[in-house]
Amino acid sequence: AGGGSSGPRGSAAEDGGPPAPERVLFPPTFSVSEIKNKQRRHFMFLRWKQQQRKEKLAAKKKRRKEREALGDKAPPKAIPKTIENQREYDETIVDPNDEEVAFDEATDEFAPYFNRQTVPKILITTSDRPRGRTVRFCEQLSTVIPNSHVYYRRGLALKRIIPQCIARDFTDLMVINEDRKIPNGLVISHLPDGPTAHFRMSSVRLRKEIKRRGKEPTEHIPEVILNNFTTRLGHSVGRMFASLFPHDPQFIGRQVATFHNQRDYIFFRFHRYIFKSEKKVGIQELGPRFTLKLRSLQKGTFDSKFGEYEWIHKRREMDTSRRKFHL
Amino acid sequence: SSQVVWDMLGNRQFCSYKITTKTQNFCRNEYNLTGLCNRSSCPLANSQYATIREEKGRCYLYMKTIERAAFPRRLWERVLLSKNYEKALEEIDENLIYWPRFIRHKCKQRFTKITQYLIRIRKLTLKRQRKLVPLRRKIERRENRREEKALIAAQLDNAIEKELLERLKQDTYGDIYNFPIHAFDKALQQQDAESESESDAEKEEEDDEDMDKREFVEADDSDFSDFEDMDKLETSSEEEQEDEEEVEKKASHSRSKGKMPLKGPARRKRPYIEIEYEEETEPTTKTKAA
Repeated sequence: AGGGSSGPRGSAAEDGGPPAPERVLFPPTFSVSEIKNKQRRHFMFLRWKQQQRKEKLAAKKKRRKEREALGDKAPPKAIPKTIENQREYDETIVDPNDEEVAFDEATDEFAPYFNRQTVPKILITTSDRPRGRTVRFCEQLSTVIPNSHVYYRRGLALKRIIPQCIARDFTDLMVINEDRKIPNGLVISHLPDGPTAHFRMSSVRLRKEIKRRGKEPTEHIPEVILNNFTTRLGHSVGRMFASLFPHDPQFIGRQVATFHNQRDYIFFRFHRYIFKSEKKVGIQELGPRFTLKLRSLQKGTFDSKFGEYEWIHKRREMDTSRRKFHL
Repeated sequence: SSQVVWDMLGNRQFCSYKITTKTQNFCRNEYNLTGLCNRSSCPLANSQYATIREEKGRCYLYMKTIERAAFPRRLWERVLLSKNYEKALEEIDENLIYWPRFIRHKCKQRFTKITQYLIRIRKLTLKRQRKLVPLRRKIERRENRREEKALIAAQLDNAIEKELLERLKQDTYGDIYNFPIHAFDKALQQQDAESESESDAEKEEEDDEDMDKREFVEADDSDFSDFEDMDKLETSSEEEQEDEEEVEKKASHSRSKGKMPLKGPARRKRPYIEIEYEEETEPTTKTKAA
């Protein structure tokens, strides 16, 4: 029998007191959760947990000893699993040498920008009646993005604004949606008939709320860093961000705007960098910061009723797995 | 008997349509003309009463008379009013002819108010409607948590720094920064990595030679050994010529960097300083000890 010699204390149901009986027999299929008494059950669970921890520690020590004993011949350390490692395979991940993708990108709506035929000119506006925080955020955003203008909304319909913008040579329209006095949504529309992306914006930090920040951004054109936009969808969103900034960054300004995609969240940061040596660079955060999450991508300009959607985030279908990302 | 009704409901006992507030009493009855709980505006306490009500954008005049008080089903008589404002007012007048002034006046006032708000509704529906989308608490919380975790996983500062260093390496910044040796070092390391088998032993020998050179001779002999490597390099000849003198010191440093990569700048300085000090001070200490 499993428990072999049982001491004076025998079976499962006995004294409920803290002094733990050393040799207690339990029937083999007994689990802690079958004890009815809550105190006792809690106590037994803690004891079980401690035991588990001890075993784990012992196993770790053993493994480490073995590893040291083997020395050089030890097998290489296993790579820890991260969500990025375990990401579900997405067939739309772009291969850098893909011809089809290159052809698509040469003929899509951003081609005139990438061929340097157009200079980006941005119009930033808000939803109706913006509150102070949103207004200040718009101003700061317009200092970050060169060649951008802020206009008040005053209840105008977007459908009427868009033809006017096109007439005045704007290339992009950004609308910051506000709710309860904080900005919470962003709509970027590439104007001459370009795609419209709708984002959910969160953790917006204005310049004064950023700790250890640098001085104001200057008028120099910043560089752009786009990280981790791997799939087709990510590529088009990345190109959309890139088309907001003019093509030739002024390296004298030493400013860089970063759009970093991690697990479908796009983090925007604006830094000033300085190279201390050829292997070390220091960065100092200026400018506002915010995170975006893509909600929908629409093919034409902003049209909520009749537009053709290229991609909408459908919670029930797309949020089923923790390791599946779309950007 | 309407007086009796009022005595009971209005003043003393309970009326289920009555709402009392600090300053005023309101009447919730749908047929009430003014909305207040008064002797003259209570539809229950007045046997001759009229109201205006609107349904689906059309206004109706409702009238109640004593003769029909016994027939609750036929109690309220309904008249559709015309859409034209003035015509409707005239219709009210001709239907409520000989009725008390109060009711006539209030009916017209109510009708005016209703038409005004109907106009406003029609105007608003043409404009942009604000769509309220309810937030789902569980989903909001989940998204916030995921965002925090993604932020931690992203390690933004490191990623940005790495990217900038990559760009520096790829020479996108051109000649702005005075680290041309960076390209040299990287190219050298690449070369070393490619020709590993050959140069492992040679490296060590060369290192020793360089160490010696660094101690005693700084100009002549080192040139020749470095020239061999510079031929292998793929960098442009201009840079070679310009940076010869710097390169000889720093190319040797790069090989030492292969051994101790982290202490690059420190490594550069220490051999010079330490060795010199040791040579100079040794005799003095010896003499002192002696």
